[in-house]
Amino acid sequence: MTDLQARGVVKAYGPTPALRGVTLDVAEGEIVAVTGPSGCGKSTLLHCLAGILRPDAGQVTWRGQRIDTWSEAARSKLRRTEFGVLFQFGQLVAELTAAENVALPLLLAGTGRREARTAALGWLERLDVADVADARPGEMSGGQQQRCALARALVTEPRVLFADEPTGALDTLAGEQVLTHLVRLARQQRTSVVLVTHEPRIAGYADREVMLRDGVVDATGLGLDLPIVGGGR
Amino acid sequence: MSTSHLLLGLLAAGNRHGYELKRAHDSRLPRARPLAFGQVYATLNRLARDGLVAAIGQEREAGPDRTAYALTARGRQELDQWLATVEPPAPYVASTLFAKVVVALLAADVDTARSYLVAQARAHTDRLRELTTVKTAPSVTLDDVVAADYAIAHLDADLRWLRTTLERVADWHREVRS
Repeated sequence: MTDLQARGVVKAYGPTPALRGVTLDVAEGEIVAVTGPSGCGKSTLLHCLAGILRPDAGQVTWRGQRIDTWSEAARSKLRRTEFGVLFQFGQLVAELTAAENVALPLLLAGTGRREARTAALGWLERLDVADVADARPGEMSGGQQQRCALARALVTEPRVLFADEPTGALDTLAGEQVLTHLVRLARQQRTSVVLVTHEPRIAGYADREVMLRDGVVDATGLGLDLPIVGGGR
Repeated sequence: MSTSHLLLGLLAAGNRHGYELKRAHDSRLPRARPLAFGQVYATLNRLARDGLVAAIGQEREAGPDRTAYALTARGRQELDQWLATVEPPAPYVASTLFAKVVVALLAADVDTARSYLVAQARAHTDRLRELTTVKTAPSVTLDDVVAADYAIAHLDADLRWLRTTLERVADWHREVRS
């Protein structure tokens, strides 16, 4: 079943087009990698799908409902309840401990303090970072911080996880640990994942790869429709 | 790859007969082509002839002959020397992938070269995904992870080359044909 759909999504930043009519389906439990060279529009697409940005034209549909026409408040609620978001770095609140950071989305949703802490500790345990539960982000390695950020994105048990270059700031091994956890937990919970990356190796974690090129989906996946003459060196 | 040195290395962990060596090889190098029994026995005979291993007795149960082998002092020396020798990074750029694109540009046209690059990249991507599935399986062993990592890193490098070449193929074609 298709959960999340983009239909002809167009988005520009001033005069610069970022997306020029992107259509994409994400099925329940499916892990889709969105790849392509820098500036191809892949992060903009993720932001439109997650309801962070509103497209200039086209539609974004979540379980049959158009969400691109919703108010900011309604989209924000959707992001707190049904969606989880993981960026490259810098998402943890520096003043809070790992456990407090992970508990935060639950507290915002009205869960009691004790219950939220128990759930947060459970997620830190599943991500093998229980030992830093009481540490602040500044006291953790990059890999530990990113696993905490992943715990925070998953603590509300979202139906879709949006991950934008989630290992971009990590060394290979730390990045791999984050991705292995991400994929295993997503499969266990049948959470769909939209994984933005420019690396083939990272895209290998997905069930399917959608390649963007200059704001459109490259049908061949690899740029076969490039003009014959030209191309950079 | 040196089967002799692999067998010497496996014998460094303790005396074993041919069948045990084959099993140890296949489990320690899970993504390698399984070693054939014939190759194990032929290699052991050669190593025994050169004094690098020695037969230390036979165990005859109901089945076939089981001669156990031990690493000799000379075998240990040979193994240490092999381990201390750095493999030279490949001096020539030689790959079927690379050669095929060159030949496509010489013998056909840009579209043929592109079609090949795209199809090859797809095949590489499929294999990369298969190996990633192996290494993210919950029951995976570190033997499997390390072996899959090795293959994934090479596929990833090829994929980067295939994609970059796809961007350059038109310019390259003009150069080849000029």
